Amino acid sequence: MTCLPAPGAKKLGLVIDLDTCVGCQACATNCKEWNASGHSAPLPDFKPYAAGQEGVWFNRVHSFEAGEGEAGRTVHFPRSCLHCETPDCVTVCPTGASYKRAEDGIVLVNHDTCIGCGLCAWACPYGAREMDEDQGVMKKCTLCIDRIYNENIPEAQRQPACVLTCPTKARHFGDLGDPESAVSKLVAERGGQPLMPELGYNPVNRYLPPRKKALPPSAPVEDAPTPMDIKNPLLRWMDRVLSR
Amino acid sequence: MNPAPSIVFFTTASGAGYGLLFWLGLLRPLGLVPGGQGFGLTALALALVLITAGLLSSTAHLGNPRRAWRAVSQWRSSWLSREGVAALATYVPAVLFGLGLLAEMPGLTAPMGLLAALGAAATIYCTGMIYACLKPVKEWRHPLVVPGYLLLGAFSGAALLAMLGSFWGDGAVPAALALLAGLAALVVKNIYWTAIDQAPPVATAESATSLGFIGKVRPLEPPHTETNYLLREMGFRIARKHAEKLRLLALTAGFGAPAALCAFALLVGGGMGAAALTLGAALALAGLLVERWLMFAEATHTVTLYYHGQ
Repeated sequence: MTCLPAPGAKKLGLVIDLDTCVGCQACATNCKEWNASGHSAPLPDFKPYAAGQEGVWFNRVHSFEAGEGEAGRTVHFPRSCLHCETPDCVTVCPTGASYKRAEDGIVLVNHDTCIGCGLCAWACPYGAREMDEDQGVMKKCTLCIDRIYNENIPEAQRQPACVLTCPTKARHFGDLGDPESAVSKLVAERGGQPLMPELGYNPVNRYLPPRKKALPPSAPVEDAPTPMDIKNPLLRWMDRVLSR
Repeated sequence: MNPAPSIVFFTTASGAGYGLLFWLGLLRPLGLVPGGQGFGLTALALALVLITAGLLSSTAHLGNPRRAWRAVSQWRSSWLSREGVAALATYVPAVLFGLGLLAEMPGLTAPMGLLAALGAAATIYCTGMIYACLKPVKEWRHPLVVPGYLLLGAFSGAALLAMLGSFWGDGAVPAALALLAGLAALVVKNIYWTAIDQAPPVATAESATSLGFIGKVRPLEPPHTETNYLLREMGFRIARKHAEKLRLLALTAGFGAPAALCAFALLVGGGMGAAALTLGAALALAGLLVERWLMFAEATHTVTLYYHGQ
C-alpha cells in the first residue's frame, strides 16, 4: 500500500553533526560496503575500472562553503534518505513497492514489485533514491534494517553502518519520536534542523548546525608596571627621577 | 529533468490519440463530423494506434516493463496508477464504440462515444497530475500544467480529426475547434512560460543544507567526480538561448501555423483544404514533440541545489 500508515510513535532516524563531520567519506564507504551484500544487494557499479565509473550509493558526502570572509565556514554535508513522516516518494508509487513502515517509520522499497518507473526519485526533493539500472529497480537507504534488528550480531553493532564507522562520532542513530531518547535530547540541546522544511515532507533526520566559531582572542594587554611593582628601592628611585 | 524520448513520445502520441478519441466520441453522436462507417472506424483506429503506441512507449521507460501490470494497483494515492486505470478503462467504451460503428448501431455508438470521450479526458487529466503533484519541480507545480496537457491533447486531436474529416468531405467543425484550441495554446503556453521564468524557487541551497544561518551557501566539492543517476535524471539542463528558440518554434510552427492552416482550410475547403489540414496536423504533432521536450528539459529539480547550488 502506498497510502501512508497512521503516524507511529517510533520514528527511527539519524542525527548528523555538521560541526564535527570532517568529510572523510567513511560513512559513505561503509554504507556501500554493507549494503552491497545486505538487504539491497547487489549495489551495482558500472565501469568500475574505466573512465566514467559510477554506481548506486545511499549516502553522498558533499562539501559546502557558507558565509563570507571570516564568518564563512567550510561544512561537510552527508546526504541520505531522511525517512520523512509524509514522504511523496511513497504516495506517488503506482505499485505499492515504495512503502513506509508503520512500526518504526523506515521508508523502504520492495525490490520484487518495483517496476523501476523512477517517479519516486522525481518526488524526493533530497535525491535520496537511486535507480539500480542493472536490476531496473529503485534502491535507497534502509537505515540498515538488516543490522539494527539483527540478533546475529553483537548488540553494540546493531546500528547503521554509517553511524558505526564515523571516526568523529558525527552520526547518531535512534528514535526521534521519543523525546527522552539520546538523539532527541541531542537535537533539543544543539538545535537540530530539518532540511527543506518548506516542502512539507517532515523529514525525521536532523542536522546539528556547526557551532559558533570561537572568537579570536583579543590582543594581549601590554604589561604596564606601576612604580610600586619595582621591588628594588634604588631602581624605584631612579624610575621616579627619570620619569620626571 | 531528463527529456527521455520514450516519455516525450508517449505524452505526445497518447495525448493526440486521446484528443482524437475525445472529439470523435463527442462530435459523432452530435452529427458534427462525417457520419459514414469508414470515417468513424478510420478515426477510431488512428486514435487507438496512437494511444497504444504511446502507452507501449511509456513502458520502455520502466526498469522492469514486465511488471507494468502492477501499476494499476495504487489508484488510491498515485496519479500514475490512476492514469493506468483510466487508460485501460477507456479501451472498453472505445472498443464498444467501434463495435457499434461496425454493426451500425447508433444506440450503442452514441453512449459509448461519450463514455470514451470522458475516459480520454480523465486519462489526460491524470497524466498532467503526475507532473503537477511533484513538489520538488517548480515548473511542473504550476497551475497551468494540467490545463496545458488537456488543451494540447484537444488541439492535436482536433487537428487530426479535421484532417480525417476533410478526407471524407467535411472537416469544418473539428478544423474550427483546432483553430480555437491552437490560439488558446498560444496564449496558455505564453502565460505559462512567462510565469515559470519568474516563479521563485521552491527551495534554496540554504534551506536544503540548513546552513543559511551562516550566510550564502555555495557548493565546494561534489561527492563524486563522475556523473550518477541523479545528475542524469534530474540534473539535465538546457541553455537558455536554445530554450527561447525552441519555445518560439513550438509557438509559431507548432500552434500558430496549424491554426492558420485550419483557418485557410475553412475558407477554401476541398482538396486544398484537405492538404492544408494534413500539413496542419503534422505541424501540430511536431510542435507538440518540441513543447513536450521543453516541458522536461526546462524543469528543474531541488536535488540540483546540492550539486549546483541552484
